[in-house]
Amino acid sequence: MGKSIIDKIWEKHVVHREEGKPDLLYIDLHLVHEVTSPQAFSGLRMKNRKVRRPDKTFATMDHNVPTINRHIINDEIALNQMTTLEKNCAEFGVELAGIDSPYQGIVHVIGPELGLTQPGKTIVCGDSHTSTHGAFGALAFGIGTSEVEHVLATQTIWQNKPKTLKLEINGKLGPGVSAKDVILYILAKYGVNFGTGYVIEYAGEVVRNMSMEERMTICNMSIEGGARAGLVSPDETTFEYLRGRKYAPQGEKFDKFVEYWKTLASDEDAEYDKVITLNGEDIAPMVSWGTNPSMTSPVDSTIPTMEDYKTEIEKSSLKRALEYMGLKEGQKIEDIKIQHVFIGSCTNSRIEDIRAAAKVVKGKKVHPGVRALVVPGSQQVKKQAEEEGLDKILTEAGFEWRESGCSMCLSMNADVVPSGEHCASTSNRNFEGRQGAGARTHLVSPAMAAAAAIFGHFVDIRKLTTVESV
Amino acid sequence: MSGFKEFTGKAVAMDRANVDTDQIIPKQFLKRIEKTGFGKYLFFDWRYNADGSENEQFELNRPENKGASILIANENFGCGSSREHAPWALLDYGFKVIIAPSFADIFYQNCLKNGMLPIPLKQEQVDYLLEKGKKQPFVVHINLEEQKVTDGDGFEAEFEIHAYWKKMLINGWDEIEITLQLKDKIEEFEKTKDPYTIL
Repeated sequence: MGKSIIDKIWEKHVVHREEGKPDLLYIDLHLVHEVTSPQAFSGLRMKNRKVRRPDKTFATMDHNVPTINRHIINDEIALNQMTTLEKNCAEFGVELAGIDSPYQGIVHVIGPELGLTQPGKTIVCGDSHTSTHGAFGALAFGIGTSEVEHVLATQTIWQNKPKTLKLEINGKLGPGVSAKDVILYILAKYGVNFGTGYVIEYAGEVVRNMSMEERMTICNMSIEGGARAGLVSPDETTFEYLRGRKYAPQGEKFDKFVEYWKTLASDEDAEYDKVITLNGEDIAPMVSWGTNPSMTSPVDSTIPTMEDYKTEIEKSSLKRALEYMGLKEGQKIEDIKIQHVFIGSCTNSRIEDIRAAAKVVKGKKVHPGVRALVVPGSQQVKKQAEEEGLDKILTEAGFEWRESGCSMCLSMNADVVPSGEHCASTSNRNFEGRQGAGARTHLVSPAMAAAAAIFGHFVDIRKLTTVESV
Repeated sequence: MSGFKEFTGKAVAMDRANVDTDQIIPKQFLKRIEKTGFGKYLFFDWRYNADGSENEQFELNRPENKGASILIANENFGCGSSREHAPWALLDYGFKVIIAPSFADIFYQNCLKNGMLPIPLKQEQVDYLLEKGKKQPFVVHINLEEQKVTDGDGFEAEFEIHAYWKKMLINGWDEIEITLQLKDKIEEFEKTKDPYTIL
């Protein structure tokens, strides 16, 4: 019987196994940011402990950095958190891509772009969207601050082995349908906890044909289905993306690693605890209308009604969500008006996402009354987009072009959606208050967000004449 | 951390599913670098009106529900972000135990690491407790060693917890200290199995 990539990576990382205990797993890469690390470093200091492997630890600041006038931070508490990270990294010898670094950016954008993220690695970070790195065939998952402290001190973590779920997406995606729509479709169909206790392996023709950016978008939102990790077996697309990156193995060593990485891909006859099969053809551009990511429907449909749900808890959740969102049962998705557009976040702020948005808005203007923001995922993405002239296309259309960070995905900085207003957002969570108290978030793909910016409401991008090039 | 063996406390019902960590502790309070003092921000957007006054409609604000230490909620409690500020806020507010049909994985772990006990029970058992709690708060007794929840009215339910986490919780051990006793094995792994050393 063959093995899945999940089983292979797991077995290669067991440091200690003992009856009645979880496995002690070795961690190859620990990514650190300013929000979930200060208490962990304090814990080390109190017990006079060191960071065991600073060389396997890498930090950046992303969650509360300003995306405009980034050196003027009026929020003293946020500033203190950022300077605390600087001090901690200096004291414990951890490399930091700080606010002035050309490599600064969202932790889940810079890990891959610097080649730190590699197939077969176990990767953790005090952030639930660490699942993003699974796109490379790494076992990557979010941890809490106590676990951050444990990994800093020991380079290991105690983990019960999760169950395995193979999610196979066969066929092809239609025009205008992106990776974001695929994961939103999965969440709409299977809910926000179908993956709890599992690691998801995404497979099938649709995934094989995806670029690394697209695979990252899908793996990123695994946690929205409850799965701590989601991954894709590595292939030539993965290796080509990594070749020549700053922290990837170089020269002959790279070829050696490619041979090793190839052995990690799931065997044809691998066994899983659960298998789900989908068809790419069934997927339409999606828009979330509620207060969790499963409350999502195809753009050409309507918001569900009470009759669509069976249980009392589902009905009361629908009622509460629609009250918060200021929407009605049965309302057409395309009739939802928006006042804000956010293109960014660890889900959709990479170069391909910005290209997709720029294609839609080229030569057009942002609808009056709509404020539209593009926040590149990293300084490297920003630089590349500027080299390609994408910033010009977007700013000429009326978008604001910002510095890199998490920004309006969780609005820890000054980028906030006002109460009661609707935002078409390429981020990952539409929870109440996520983009600001009372803010109403709609999760969409970059192309859908860009189209909404032009029209002032959601539109089915398949109907636009630009659809061939989207 | 002190050990957790038995606990008796006032239980309150919050019949909501998929309570995410953004609701438990909103992002504006994550900028602090301490572990303490988050209780006053717990469920901030639900608990307070825009003018800062208490929202009387919110479950925990009912006068009889004040001072509760056991929270009963619906499925998938603690989903979303990995922020450990969520259990820190619940603990600081006074909760020591959360009962729900299911928990998000990261939140569940984060609770255990802070000496707080998340108890998964069957949906029908939680439904019973929720209905009872919606009328008025009541006393619930938890015995971790026996893995049992009772309410003094004849309700008795057993719950599951991995033997390792149970032991850690009962003894209140420092997990890092335990792992550091395996330092030789970690070193051995690094020398012989880490592909970034051997390849």
